[in-house]
Amino acid sequence: MRREAPKSVADYTPLFFPALMLIVFFVVPFSTMIAVSFFKRNPSGFYTPDFVLDNYARFLSVFFGGVLGFSLMLAVLVAVCCVCIAFPFTYLLTRRPRRAQTLWLVGLLSVLSLSEVIIGFAWSTLFSRTAGITNLFVAIGLMDKPVALLPTFGAVLTGMVYQALPYTILVLYPALVRLDPTLLEAARTLGASPIRAFFNVVAPALRNTIVATLIMVFVFALGSYLLPQILGRPQHWTLSVLITDQAIYQSNMPFAAAMAVFLVLISLALVGLTLLVGRRENAL
Amino acid sequence: MTATLLRRVYFTIVALFLAAPLIVVAGVSINSRQELTFPPVGFSLAWYAQIFTDPEWRLALIHSVTLAVCSAAIAVAVALPLAWFLWRRIAPWANIFQVLGLAPFILPPVITALGFLSFWATVGLFGKFFTAIISHAIFFVTLPLVTLSLGFASIDRSLVEAAATMGADDRTVLKTVVLPLILPYLVSGYAFAFVLSLNEYIVAYMTIGFTTETLPIKIFNALRYGYTPTMAAVSVFFVAVAALVFGSIARFGDIRRLLGAMSSEGN
Repeated sequence: MRREAPKSVADYTPLFFPALMLIVFFVVPFSTMIAVSFFKRNPSGFYTPDFVLDNYARFLSVFFGGVLGFSLMLAVLVAVCCVCIAFPFTYLLTRRPRRAQTLWLVGLLSVLSLSEVIIGFAWSTLFSRTAGITNLFVAIGLMDKPVALLPTFGAVLTGMVYQALPYTILVLYPALVRLDPTLLEAARTLGASPIRAFFNVVAPALRNTIVATLIMVFVFALGSYLLPQILGRPQHWTLSVLITDQAIYQSNMPFAAAMAVFLVLISLALVGLTLLVGRRENAL
Repeated sequence: MTATLLRRVYFTIVALFLAAPLIVVAGVSINSRQELTFPPVGFSLAWYAQIFTDPEWRLALIHSVTLAVCSAAIAVAVALPLAWFLWRRIAPWANIFQVLGLAPFILPPVITALGFLSFWATVGLFGKFFTAIISHAIFFVTLPLVTLSLGFASIDRSLVEAAATMGADDRTVLKTVVLPLILPYLVSGYAFAFVLSLNEYIVAYMTIGFTTETLPIKIFNALRYGYTPTMAAVSVFFVAVAALVFGSIARFGDIRRLLGAMSSEGN
């Protein structure tokens, strides 16, 4: 049965339910949020309808600039760390037998599906004084007594790399597993060592994939809302944490919504950039 | 030889990094006293039993499972007709719904969560349990949509053509040819949505967090008031459920294909 254009209204019926659900429960809520970002805060309830730009004007403060700068810096750092670890790893993984690949993929999916709450709790335990990794260092004589490794910037970074690493590997996996093996064989025949072939042939051939993955992991890391809160100090809070904090604990919905709109714009711009990079790769 | 050794070392380091926090959590979960110590002192499975015997944890477990079962079902119900329509018909503008289905998953989760919060608050249903079910269904519709699109793309169109030539109408083709072929993709789409919904925190928190506790919300609330070993036991429980579900997908389906190991035919 070939694909054909819908001929009658009846042909559109399967689209009805999905379209209704997506419009009512995604497009409408999204638009509501944009509308709320122009509303006035009402300390006794949620908000009162209005049209003010105050919520956006608050972006122009030193505090907000600091949070934004820190969020972007942290997300860039996470993306770079993840891709540096994941790219060689995924490459080697795709050269393993099927069974080994499947086993790793199940493990990676299991870690990826874990709640941020659980990842945060697990790392806060690992970095704690009483049950943490420093007890191991004491046992083998590296340290005198166990110490708490949190809240620190290093703890936030480690937790976020942990959260994003399986995602990075799974994003890189399709591109690497489909990589033409003759490319590498040619390099090896011409006398390149495996490591040299990897850096001089594989990595440059997938330059666009690497850039697209960096951007996707960057957006993923921007979305982390709990780890900076559990593993860091207030100065390590990111835009996502701040949005949650404003919406729930300060009950300032309009300001939270304005920040969310801003975050959407950044993410959309970057996702658009990814698509553009991907298109160029396909055109080659 | 050195290359093999290097690879083994590298794989071991990555495996250790991924497993270390889970090993420590599993360790503290069997402490015999209510203390956060590792290596564990004594041995007790009481904290695992508490998930089911303590009324608060049990209620959170029931909430989480109900939420995951229902929202994954709705997500599949939304994704299936959409993926089928996109495969069966040439209607370029309908791709907008595919984009809408992918968007909630690509955007930072806080944004989707805040969208739901402002929506449910505006329509006056804020805090009702079913709002979380619908919110999760929309939030995770991406997963069945992706697996089902892969499934439809893998169907050999000549099979469908053959059925149509022999006189089968659309409905018969769908029931006897298409559905059996995409069933594994449907099941994995459901399973992905189920596991992620079980673990999801922020959307659940922003829709029903003030009135109801799911397991992740309960863990986070407990975390703020200090440590109980039950948290560790629940975390181990989550890892086990995820490993079991994804392990079964790998056992009965082709997980490498689902994750894009083979390019889909028809492209």
